[in-house]
Amino acid sequence: MKSVILIAVMSAVTILLRFLPFLIFRKQTPKYVSYLGRVLPFAIIGMLVVYCLKDITPLKPSFGIPELLGIITVAGMQVFKRNSLVSILTGTLFYMVLVQVII
Amino acid sequence: MHRYRYTIGQAFYKSVPVLAGYVVLGIGFGILMRKAGYGVLWTASMSAFIYAGSMQYVGVGLLTGGASVLSTAITTIMVNARHLFYSISMIDKYKDAGKYKPYMIFALTDETYSLLCDGKYPDGSDPRLYRFMVSLFNHCYWIAGSIMGSLLGVILPFSTKGIEFSMTALFVASFTEQWLTTGNHIPALTGVICTLLSLVVFGRENFLIPSMLLITLVLTLLSDREEKGS
Repeated sequence: MKSVILIAVMSAVTILLRFLPFLIFRKQTPKYVSYLGRVLPFAIIGMLVVYCLKDITPLKPSFGIPELLGIITVAGMQVFKRNSLVSILTGTLFYMVLVQVII
Repeated sequence: MHRYRYTIGQAFYKSVPVLAGYVVLGIGFGILMRKAGYGVLWTASMSAFIYAGSMQYVGVGLLTGGASVLSTAITTIMVNARHLFYSISMIDKYKDAGKYKPYMIFALTDETYSLLCDGKYPDGSDPRLYRFMVSLFNHCYWIAGSIMGSLLGVILPFSTKGIEFSMTALFVASFTEQWLTTGNHIPALTGVICTLLSLVVFGRENFLIPSMLLITLVLTLLSDREEKGS
């Protein structure tokens, strides 16, 4: 039963966060907010990449090597194929092979 | 009628790159939930009503760890604060969405955002229906993927160790794609550098909020410089 409450809280807070800016700037969007709207997505995706890698231990095995090779694979595939689907699948499979079989 | 079907077809085509990503990530989530002792109904409900990938991964830990309501709310704010930024940049684009608007705001994930943030839509399509359908297709993939993970996770004949990397791969692919489509790399570099800096200073448990504040600060300073220059 407690799980139901926790899930409801996660849902409600997430919905609130998504709606808040629309509610606050209902009439007119200030110039500064429009500017942030243009540049933030680039910065936030950069932040998310770093966030995903926060648990890497560069000084202890496996030294972040599988993650580094996985990222190079994804980025490389994206540069050559420009297809996110292919990049994500290839990179993930490659990473899974690395952590399961080799390292 | 023709325009209606054409719009839905175009929306589906646009959403296909998210299909695999969401199914893979959704399966990963379904498996985690199954391992934590939660069945398919729990999994599907979370995917339907929360619909935020990384938050749901974190949520599994909150459920099994017996977190309090308050710490769950705070964690959700910290993990999902970036959605404020996504909504901020869609205020102008979703202005005329009409009856579809509430659902489209609810369904504004990283991936849906990345598909719709350029504000473009196919010639001859209904832009409001198009954006709504892209959002809806993605939501369906996410729910379907997590149900698959929940049902198949226990009988998968191979180890799924490492599947969590699909989330990293998704963001790396978006990052690379954004890098290739814009000439101005300063915002992207700001994001990476500020986050790394916060990670070093505040540690891996508490660096997300300082990162966002620092990013906003740096971008604000840069905007002042830009305006003075022009």
